Amino acid sequence: MIELDGYSLVAIYSAMAIYMIAFVLFAVDMAQRSSRKAPPRPEETPGQGAQFRGAVTVLQQKSPPAEAPTVAMRIGQAAFALVVLGWLLHVGGVVLRTLAQGFVPWASMFEFSLTSSAISVGVFIVIQRWLDVKFLGVYLVGFTLLSLGVGTVNFYVPVKPLPPALDSYWLVIHVFVASLATAFFTLGAGLAIGQLVQSAREAGKRSFSWFTSLPDSTRLETMSYMLNVIGFVFWSFTLIAGAIWAERSWGRYWGWDNKEVWTFIVWVVYAGYVHARATRGWRGTRSSWLALVGFATVIFNYTAVNLFLPGLHAYSGI
Amino acid sequence: MGYARFFWRQLTSMRTALILLLLLAIASVPGSILPQRTADPNGVIQYFESNPELAPLLDSVQLFDVFGSVWFASVYLLLFISLIGCIIPRTRHHLTALRTQPPRTPARLERLPAHMAVELDGSDAATAIASAQTQLRKAGFRTRLVEGEKPSVAAERGYLRETGNLLFHLALVGVLISAGIVGSLAYTGQKVIIEGHRFINVLADYSSFNPGSGFDERMLEPFMMVLDSFEVEYESENLNAYGFPVDYTAFVSLVSPDGTDEQRTIKVNQPLPVHGYEVYLLGNGYAPKITVRDGDGNVAFSDYVAFLPQDNNLTSLGVIKVPDAAPESFGMIGFFYPTAAELSTGALTSVHADLQNPVLTLNVYTGDMGLDDGVPRSVYELNIDEMMQVAGGVSGTAALELRPGESATLPGDLGTVTFESAARTGEPSGSESVLRFATFDITHDPSGPWVLLFSVVALAGLILSLVVPRRRFWVRASEQANGRVHLEYGGLARGEDPGLMTALNDFAENHIRLLTMKETSP
Repeated sequence: MIELDGYSLVAIYSAMAIYMIAFVLFAVDMAQRSSRKAPPRPEETPGQGAQFRGAVTVLQQKSPPAEAPTVAMRIGQAAFALVVLGWLLHVGGVVLRTLAQGFVPWASMFEFSLTSSAISVGVFIVIQRWLDVKFLGVYLVGFTLLSLGVGTVNFYVPVKPLPPALDSYWLVIHVFVASLATAFFTLGAGLAIGQLVQSAREAGKRSFSWFTSLPDSTRLETMSYMLNVIGFVFWSFTLIAGAIWAERSWGRYWGWDNKEVWTFIVWVVYAGYVHARATRGWRGTRSSWLALVGFATVIFNYTAVNLFLPGLHAYSGI
Repeated sequence: MGYARFFWRQLTSMRTALILLLLLAIASVPGSILPQRTADPNGVIQYFESNPELAPLLDSVQLFDVFGSVWFASVYLLLFISLIGCIIPRTRHHLTALRTQPPRTPARLERLPAHMAVELDGSDAATAIASAQTQLRKAGFRTRLVEGEKPSVAAERGYLRETGNLLFHLALVGVLISAGIVGSLAYTGQKVIIEGHRFINVLADYSSFNPGSGFDERMLEPFMMVLDSFEVEYESENLNAYGFPVDYTAFVSLVSPDGTDEQRTIKVNQPLPVHGYEVYLLGNGYAPKITVRDGDGNVAFSDYVAFLPQDNNLTSLGVIKVPDAAPESFGMIGFFYPTAAELSTGALTSVHADLQNPVLTLNVYTGDMGLDDGVPRSVYELNIDEMMQVAGGVSGTAALELRPGESATLPGDLGTVTFESAARTGEPSGSESVLRFATFDITHDPSGPWVLLFSVVALAGLILSLVVPRRRFWVRASEQANGRVHLEYGGLARGEDPGLMTALNDFAENHIRLLTMKETSP
């Protein structure tokens, strides 16, 4: 089965090529957005709503705010379709790697970059059902390309057996949920950046004309909050699952190992972020900055802690 | 008094909680940048050696014990006081809210974030409101009827949101108390056991021991564990990872105080529960048996010596001290190579962790080992400051090189040294010639289940507080001069609630549909 590893890489490289085209198209789409109109703000729309039998007159009804308009989104749609295609290849690559080695593909830095980016793109695709965040395409696909590029070029390791220290079903649960949390934090951070740019535009400080067609800063903030909060719940689970595994593996559930310290820091920063939404003077721009600080700690935890700081998670590094 | 109240208000405010949370995150950072005594004691020693001036300064502000430091504790204790100060009034308030009716209908429903108004024929205000109340009750709302010329119904649902929120915060207090107070009863010790040897659970038999602050020696339960054998499985097919260890198994016998004996296994992720303890397999290595006869021909030393692994192929370092040798005492620092191979420089290295070509090399030192000055010395270290090297390195005499079963004469008239083969039959230098040892961690921590319980409650509370929408709906009806009924719907949410407007619209549509159906089909 080891030879499947080669096909896995082929799938990953093909996915990268497709992502690359999607990235360019998303960028073009972004540039074109500057000529589009702003979405209508939610407002009273009399006469709209359900059809009733009998003599019912709807006098007033507030409707949920409309999402960005769907006109002239051909390029964006094409880009999104390519992301889906690239993702299928990407997942194919992950599955082949799994078959090649016989255990979950998240035991080394190379595999982290492969799998967690696949999960991020997956969340990005699935989430569109509830929340139209296709405008994050450039950001997310860019991130994915970076992660895959660095992963395959700098961290590639051929298939190896699973070290006994990682041989536990908690590896499957703990790392998978951590990657899921990271996916939500990544999208949440993208929206927080959007909120910052949008509020600067709304305040008239900058023109940022391609942001006119995006949701307003309040809506971006709300969307960012929802995704970050989902990430926070998954992260809480990651923390608990990690402690359970540490107890099984090392004989203590918490020992302030470097990875534990940073997992804790991430959790505390996002806990602060959740509170910021309920604190006067901390909504809006400030809470977006906090979301970005949180995301920076996530990235630090994922990269620097694995690579540069000593600790019990060091073997999982490369 | 006034100041105290002001201070208390400030401490329990959300803004303070937020700032304390951020401070806690910042305070944790040095704990990952600087080595910590609990997680990395050797790192601290090294830091002191390489930064002799800075280290004591950092140590004076507890930067090597960040998570046990006064300043870290003061941040999280303040945070928890702030939390408790916030939770108590909120709990009281919530308990009252659970027993009181929803608030009266506001005068102007159109100001609410969700609002809808319709006019319809053939019903009357009282019926419309009664039907709205039934419908809201069915949907899990608590309702309150407000009668009058314009009757209305007020309804609220989602009290579980606040219950979950309070549960989350209370459970965090539970986590802190169980980890801090119950956790002080925890203790953990390490033991190196060589194959065929035993461990007895008394303080003196541990290689090292870390008691919690509430530990008492009488808490140790007596049991005995024998390491029957230790087996390692190596990768032999995948050439990218040839020789990579795939599995470690310790086969042990447990002997209870009543003399019963049972055979069990311990693996890396599978600790063995014994009488309220968990026994973990942490590490392993080789323990060559070495016998030294001194210059007078007497056996001055004969024992298994655990050599500490230095790399993945188990090139291992060990120390043998022979203080009782006559005429002169001496010490040896040895390297053990389970599968020895020569580098181009002539130095030896191990190329596989299994016993394929075991070789032991020994450097010999004479002189004062510093054993009599009362300072405790590690058995894994030889202090060669006051000693003279007589074999290996700079001494001019080659280091001793032995295979299992071989003996060598020491330089001078120090005597002879023998690398005993442990193989009972067959080749003296085969795969059975050197015994392995395993390192075990024996821990007892009664706080684990409590911390887990509270963490799970906290997570459940967190999820409840985020997914359950807390909503207030109001419906007001008034009869118009033209005989039609004017119905007004209003909705208000607490916290983030993206589904509020949809929920109100759906409710109103259902309500109207039911009313008009009643009217058309009597």
